[in-house]
Amino acid sequence: MTAIGRPHDPRGDTEERPLGHGRMPRKEDARFLRGRGQFIDDITRPGLLHLAILRSPLAHARIVRIDTTAAQAHPKVKLVVTGEMLAKLPGLATPARGANQATASDASPNGRGLAWMPTLADDVQAVLATDKVRFQGQEVAFVVATDRYAARDALELIDVEYEPLPPVVDPRAALDPDAPVVRDDLVAAGKPGPPNHCFDWEAGDQAAVDAVFARDDVVTVRQEMVYPRVHPAPLETCGAVADFDPIEQTLTVWCTSQAPHAHRTLFAALTGLPEHRIRVISPDIGGGFGNKVPIYPGYVCTIVAAWLLGRPVKWTEDRYENLVSTAFARDYHMTGEIAATRDGKILAVRATVLADHGAFNAVAVPSRYPAGFFGGVFTGSYDVGAAYCRVTAVYTNKAPGGVAYACSFRITEAVYLIERLVDCLAAELDLDPVELRRRNLLRAEQFPFRTATGWTYDSGNYEATLQEALRLADYAALREEQAQRRARGELMGIGISFFTEAVGAGPRRHMDIKGLGMADAASLVVHPHGGAELRVSCQTQGQGHETTFAQIVAEELGIPPEDVRVVHGDTERTPYGLGTYGSRSTAVSGAAAALAARRVREAARQIAAAMLEVSPDDLRWTKGSFHVAGDESSAVTIGEIARFAYGPDLPAHLESGLRAELSYDPPALTNPYGCYICVVDIDPGTAVVRVRRFIAVDDCGTRINPMIVEGQVHRGLTDGIGMALMQMIAFDELGNCLAGSLMDYLLPSALEVPNFETGATVTPSPHHPLGAKGIGESATVGSPPAIVNAVVDALRPFGVRHIDMPLTPSRVWEAMVRAGIATHAGPPA
Amino acid sequence: MWVTVTVNGERVRRDVEPRLLLVHFLRDELGLTGTHWGCDTSNCGACAVWLDGEPVKSCTVLTVMTDGHEVRTIEGLDATGELDVLQRAFLACHGVQCGFCTPGMLMTARALLDRNPDPSEEEIREAISGQVCRCTGYASIVRAIRWAADEERRARTATEEVGE
Repeated sequence: MTAIGRPHDPRGDTEERPLGHGRMPRKEDARFLRGRGQFIDDITRPGLLHLAILRSPLAHARIVRIDTTAAQAHPKVKLVVTGEMLAKLPGLATPARGANQATASDASPNGRGLAWMPTLADDVQAVLATDKVRFQGQEVAFVVATDRYAARDALELIDVEYEPLPPVVDPRAALDPDAPVVRDDLVAAGKPGPPNHCFDWEAGDQAAVDAVFARDDVVTVRQEMVYPRVHPAPLETCGAVADFDPIEQTLTVWCTSQAPHAHRTLFAALTGLPEHRIRVISPDIGGGFGNKVPIYPGYVCTIVAAWLLGRPVKWTEDRYENLVSTAFARDYHMTGEIAATRDGKILAVRATVLADHGAFNAVAVPSRYPAGFFGGVFTGSYDVGAAYCRVTAVYTNKAPGGVAYACSFRITEAVYLIERLVDCLAAELDLDPVELRRRNLLRAEQFPFRTATGWTYDSGNYEATLQEALRLADYAALREEQAQRRARGELMGIGISFFTEAVGAGPRRHMDIKGLGMADAASLVVHPHGGAELRVSCQTQGQGHETTFAQIVAEELGIPPEDVRVVHGDTERTPYGLGTYGSRSTAVSGAAAALAARRVREAARQIAAAMLEVSPDDLRWTKGSFHVAGDESSAVTIGEIARFAYGPDLPAHLESGLRAELSYDPPALTNPYGCYICVVDIDPGTAVVRVRRFIAVDDCGTRINPMIVEGQVHRGLTDGIGMALMQMIAFDELGNCLAGSLMDYLLPSALEVPNFETGATVTPSPHHPLGAKGIGESATVGSPPAIVNAVVDALRPFGVRHIDMPLTPSRVWEAMVRAGIATHAGPPA
Repeated sequence: MWVTVTVNGERVRRDVEPRLLLVHFLRDELGLTGTHWGCDTSNCGACAVWLDGEPVKSCTVLTVMTDGHEVRTIEGLDATGELDVLQRAFLACHGVQCGFCTPGMLMTARALLDRNPDPSEEEIREAISGQVCRCTGYASIVRAIRWAADEERRARTATEEVGE
């Protein structure tokens, strides 16, 4: 058992507190510790009404008739709306549109009014079903009432007659000629190809890979694996409050949004109200993990209700609604193949993927990469000469989504594929998995490295990170212990993974979402009293932006982080940017904040020169002040400079005030990476897997607040344990979702996770102003294969090569039965 | 139905629907939004409050069941104006990320330390196993609770020494 270490004590000497980067307690904790956060359901307005959504009980059915008479007669009900009614609403703008107003018809697909909305991918999604329902839990109608209980009561009074249709549940059957058609709307509109086909995507050189696999001097391994459908399940579900001012024609939407500016633009496109008449406020968010990136029908319903009623309306989904209808993640059915020389030099990797996208393609990915970054990075951290992948996406009668849950745009799936394949190859070659990785890891001198599919990794020293992980784990001792335990009949496994991320999207010329380039902005003002206000376009969901971003400015300007207030999550108070997902905040907005601060510092230099009556070139900067070279007593602080900047004595050639605003267009992606080692014990009697140790060495470049970085890693490792061992959104053959509550969809508790052992190496990004790479998703991406590798390693002496996630006791037990070390009657005597 | 309940030391009397859940009474009727709602099934613990000194999941308690009883919420934890040692501990040990689980976690942790001032790591993990946190991975929360226990022991020792 790892001892509980004494943490840094914040009550210690103030001298220990960083003036900039370093470990410091979070500023935002003050309100959260007192229960004073402002989450979506905490928002209230005078005259607030409550909205509830009626959802389909069936996965696939034609809507024959909807009778809302009884619901409308409910004394507390103000409004009942069906898809048919939404279809007649062209938008929310007044009939006489100004030339500069967006037109709802641009976004309203096929002239179906507000009954359909564009997804973040190149598809449409029903706001409320008009023709038929396409997944269980799909939105069918909504009710607005004076309190939340009455709204729920009224849902029971809506009578919907369905004509059930056979559903497509198994994606492997979606392209069968006789498969039921999920998207007859697209087929009717002329979509070519098999009806349930969504898209194909490929990367790499197929011929080069085929040539390697055809050689007779290579060892090849093929493994099918499923990355099951999972759900981010943030503790706070999604919701919105909308308020429409009919006089000013302005709409205010509070919603659980990781990307308030992008959401505002999409709301504008959808409703016909231009952006300057819409304010999106994303208050405190109770966890996002990608779940709060898409636009959901519930947001649109809330907006429409507020517009129709002229009163504020709130919608908060319950846990069932969150799990069955909002963005799922993964659902990648993969076949991986790897070819290597007999001494373990990997030569080629091939991946064939069937992707289940559900009923609507609502993935949140840069538009040119429909399969996310899978194709760019599926060769992992290794020097692989040839690679090819093909992804085929299909429609099924399941909830939409696909890119969520801290996946770095499908890098989770890519890392899982290559890290499982490498372990399978190690077993085939009878090599230690660490040794096989060491023979193929990229070497420090190979950076910047171009992958076989044309992507560039910015920097790395992989061997050092591997060594650090092996040292922390005491790998050799672990293997010795394992041998002893095996001799006693115990099932102990050691798993390793080495992953490379690609985060911080753009650059905007390559990366956009719905035509919005992936850049982020920062606006920094230093006030006359020397305090600063930083406004950023990204949006925290628990990552501690109010602290990290204050530290970034503090480091650059030499003022205490306490004197920097970070403003975010409000389109009216922050500059435009694409938001927080894909580990973008520090990588993109963090760069914007640093560069804005440096611009302010340069402006301060000009002002200081005027104050001291010297040339700006004669000034020297020490953290927090400028002084004349050779005379430190002449120093003027940022505070003094600020006061002067707003004062009457500022020379005429200088602009009053001290501020800067800029948008940062990342020159390239950053590539955090890491090496993880997991130790598991399997109970031979119950097949329960216990994660005994987890060692995680992350290299995310410069660490602005190491405490927050470690917290991010801990979160992702817990995700990994959940995904590898517990979590799956399962369906029965009728398309009924079997994971509609936290009793069925299991999240790790404090009993399932160990005390993580974290370590660090620091290889700065060469192109990021701070050398920082981003850390938000590394551990979610990197940990599942380490855990699966560990479980398979425990069972390797019995011939087990792979088990699909989640490695529940029943799945591990089945594998043990097949391996002959357990029977359905119980463990062998 | 009329209920009279003492919330954070203050007696309140309200006419409520018999089916009104305690979590909604606290949030919507009393404006005590520090108690969060997360799952409906008593799994997540975001809604944990005290009922007569015992932690309960307020999403599965009817308001009428609290008639004549005492409820304590996160808003009552620092009622003296000073942060509870556990609140300081969560700050010191990075036990907070998004903050949604924090109030329930703190109420459960406070109840643990009140009946077991020197819990082992296993006892801490067991005590908070009904509180889901999606952000911290629990390690920092476990550490924070242990930190608070140590801090309270130090404070007790100091008081005893003064008493001598």
